[in-house]
Amino acid sequence: MSAIQIIPLTWYVTLSAILFGLGVLGVLFRRNAIIILMCIELMLNAVNLLLVAFSAHHSDPNAQVFVFFIMAVAAAEVAVGLAILMVIYRNSKSTDIDILNKLKG
Amino acid sequence: MIQLAWLIPILPLIGFLIIGLGGKKLSKNLVTMVGCGSILAAFGLSLGIFFQLHGTTQVIKLSEWISTGRLHIDFAFLIDPLSVLFMLIITGVGFLIHVYSVGYMKDDEKYDRFFAYLNLFVFFMLFLVMGSNYLVMFVGWEGVGLCSYLLIGFWFKNTEYNNAAKKAFIVNRIGDLGFLLGMILIYITFNSLNFDTVFKGVHDNAYNKEIYNLIGILLFIGACGKSAQIPLYTWLPDAMAGPTPVSALIHAATMVTAGVYMIARSAVIFVNAPVASEVVAIVGVCTALFAATIGLFQNDIKKVLAYSTVSQLGYMFLGLGVGAFTGGVFHVMTHAFFKALLFLGAGSVIHAMSGEQDIRKMGGLKKALPITHLTFLIATIAISGLPPFSGFFSKDEILAAAYEHNKIYWILGVIGSMLTAFYMFRLYFLTFHGKFRGTHDQEHHLHESPKTMTVPLVILAILAAAGGFLGIPNGEQHLLYKFLEPAYGYASTWMDRPKAFSMDEARLMIIAVLSACAAIYVAWFVYKKKNMIPIQNEIDMPKYQRVIYHKYYVDEFYNAIVRKPMDWISDKGYKYFENKVVDGFVNGVGTVVKWSGGILRYAQSGNIGFYMFAMTIAIIIMLLVKLF
Amino acid sequence: MGHITITQILFGVLSFVAIISGVLMIFTKNPIYSVLYLIITFFAIAGHYILLNAQFLAVVHVIVYAGAIMVLFLFVIMMLNLNKDTEPHKPAWIQIAAVTAGGIMMVTLVGALKGADQMKLAQPNDANIGLVNNLGKVLFNDFLVPFELSSVLFLAAMVGAVMLSKKNIH
Repeated sequence: MSAIQIIPLTWYVTLSAILFGLGVLGVLFRRNAIIILMCIELMLNAVNLLLVAFSAHHSDPNAQVFVFFIMAVAAAEVAVGLAILMVIYRNSKSTDIDILNKLKG
Repeated sequence: MIQLAWLIPILPLIGFLIIGLGGKKLSKNLVTMVGCGSILAAFGLSLGIFFQLHGTTQVIKLSEWISTGRLHIDFAFLIDPLSVLFMLIITGVGFLIHVYSVGYMKDDEKYDRFFAYLNLFVFFMLFLVMGSNYLVMFVGWEGVGLCSYLLIGFWFKNTEYNNAAKKAFIVNRIGDLGFLLGMILIYITFNSLNFDTVFKGVHDNAYNKEIYNLIGILLFIGACGKSAQIPLYTWLPDAMAGPTPVSALIHAATMVTAGVYMIARSAVIFVNAPVASEVVAIVGVCTALFAATIGLFQNDIKKVLAYSTVSQLGYMFLGLGVGAFTGGVFHVMTHAFFKALLFLGAGSVIHAMSGEQDIRKMGGLKKALPITHLTFLIATIAISGLPPFSGFFSKDEILAAAYEHNKIYWILGVIGSMLTAFYMFRLYFLTFHGKFRGTHDQEHHLHESPKTMTVPLVILAILAAAGGFLGIPNGEQHLLYKFLEPAYGYASTWMDRPKAFSMDEARLMIIAVLSACAAIYVAWFVYKKKNMIPIQNEIDMPKYQRVIYHKYYVDEFYNAIVRKPMDWISDKGYKYFENKVVDGFVNGVGTVVKWSGGILRYAQSGNIGFYMFAMTIAIIIMLLVKLF
Repeated sequence: MGHITITQILFGVLSFVAIISGVLMIFTKNPIYSVLYLIITFFAIAGHYILLNAQFLAVVHVIVYAGAIMVLFLFVIMMLNLNKDTEPHKPAWIQIAAVTAGGIMMVTLVGALKGADQMKLAQPNDANIGLVNNLGKVLFNDFLVPFELSSVLFLAAMVGAVMLSKKNIH
């Protein structure tokens, strides 16, 4: 018996919203760029979860394919993002975002 | 053959492109070959069309040009007797002047550029007369204006010449505005600019005189600018700054007659516009007389010819205004012959005098320049209206029509032609007779011009002498009328048919000829017998003469009523509007941007955490907006 | 629904684990622990996928996220020697503002999406859509080109990462 017939969609929506909100909170709360990247991953996962829930609800496999592609993009993004962080760290010996203020107007 | 008519304007264009792009890289011989060859080929084609036309009217559509909404304009040429006649004049006289230029401009360093401009001018002029609608005509109209500007200012290192070129351009622009407004009014009235459609529209609805009068007057303002009529004539005498072949081609034989062509082409409108026609006639006769009086006391050989051109153009407009369209066009043709000849003769004289243009310093050139002398004499007789030379027939036709329309026009016209005869012979006697008055160097240097210059003179002299026989007044058998008649189309319903030659006309002729002879006698008596030389010093002149010598102070008058106020407005506009308002606005925009940027830069703290915060809040706001 | 089913209990437990470990991930000082908590969250989410009959995604999720991405994070943290509590705290007011903003975000998201289950179902529920067989057909029939293009994306990301982390770039 699938969860979708028993558990209302609203529950999944709420869960996703909470996870997404946690991601946002983390991004705002922390100063370590690596943790911020991780929080972004958490937000992406919240969205993925919502997509899968809707997909099951509508019996539409396209949404799951979409999730698959999001994972692919997320993997690429993390690879490049971490590489950038490495360079930053090499230059400034820190991953603290508050010292990265070269763009000050 | 007629289907090849589009080649006629293209040939000079190709010539222009070759010479213009090749520039100094081409040898002088090649420039000559291309420059003259293209015009000769165009002349040959025009002749071929002339013999195949048989009084038909044909439209050759090359392509669609503008097609938006209700506006449809074709890129098309109209081949009918009127345009063919002008094509023959333009390419024929144009070719002779090209050949003449080979000798005249031989030592000029900008030889190639001169021929490029001349070819370009011929291209635009052909465009003007061949267009099958007003817009194509207007393109040619503006194009010849441009070439006129370029050629008047050909020796652009001289500031005065440059100013003359600018003056010609600007004064023409005033006329062009009238033409443009007329065109717009034509389009509003007939929903088309095609000659066919417009003329048919006038023919089908001939009662709407007010609008035709307005269109006619607007078109005539355009003609005034291009053909140097009062009050826009002042540019033409100054335009003599250009090389003499230019004066002959553009400012005597072809471009300045564009206005006559335009009005003859729009004959249907003008025969239905009595007020506009009257305006044309009055302006024409006034210009004829006014310019002739100025011509009496000018001492620059080219200036005299320039004023005589203005005056003769006045006669053409008088003819058009009183309904003698054939007479006007006939005078265009004969005038093209004898005035081009006069200018080329003057050029030959100037050439021999090493650039001297003042007739007070000439005299006795008869011996040194026999061919120039003879041809110049023929042209002078022709312009004075003595039979059987060409000017006699065309001027007589106009005067006869004027007499029938209003006797005052005729009287003024005869007085004008008397004055013409007087100042032309004054010019002739002062230049070719008496003692040489120039410097010793100049006398030593006197020589007859080379063959390339004298041969065109001789050909033109033959045409100027015999060209009048095309228009022997003989009722419907008038050769030129028979040729042109199909071109009038719808207009012929209202046009007077030429009357059989009558005793009245003969009487008029005799009076005109006798008065001209009297004027010539006076000129001979004063300048040949008494050997009088025009007063050198301005202060010695009688008052009336000084006024005329200064061209009635018209230029000064225009300066005072047009240029000074404009200068004043521009100056004030610069000081107050430009400096305060426009600059103030522009600088103000800059200041505001700089100031707001100075404030906004504090938002660019460079703190990524702050940016993310701002972004989150923005997303929340957007979601909230969506929710409620 | 009068009684609580096994599925509901599982949903509750998984959700609880996911949220708690998410919170811990944010508030733990040591980055290594953060990574580990995030991995727990991901496993909980994988459990949700299985509950939703999306077995294929569940497996891929574990492999990609827990297996690859998080390991990458761990590697980087180890390499940079960040496994200590060195991160200074943000000022208190920023922390409060961050929590507030995150909370508002949560509430508005729930508010924005709450009407979702009133949507009409397009077709009867089909429990098989999340199976490899079914998904594979969709992926290789309808989405073949994007699927192949994603390989280009990976190649680009790979080249970019190598370029960036190379030492002594002039």
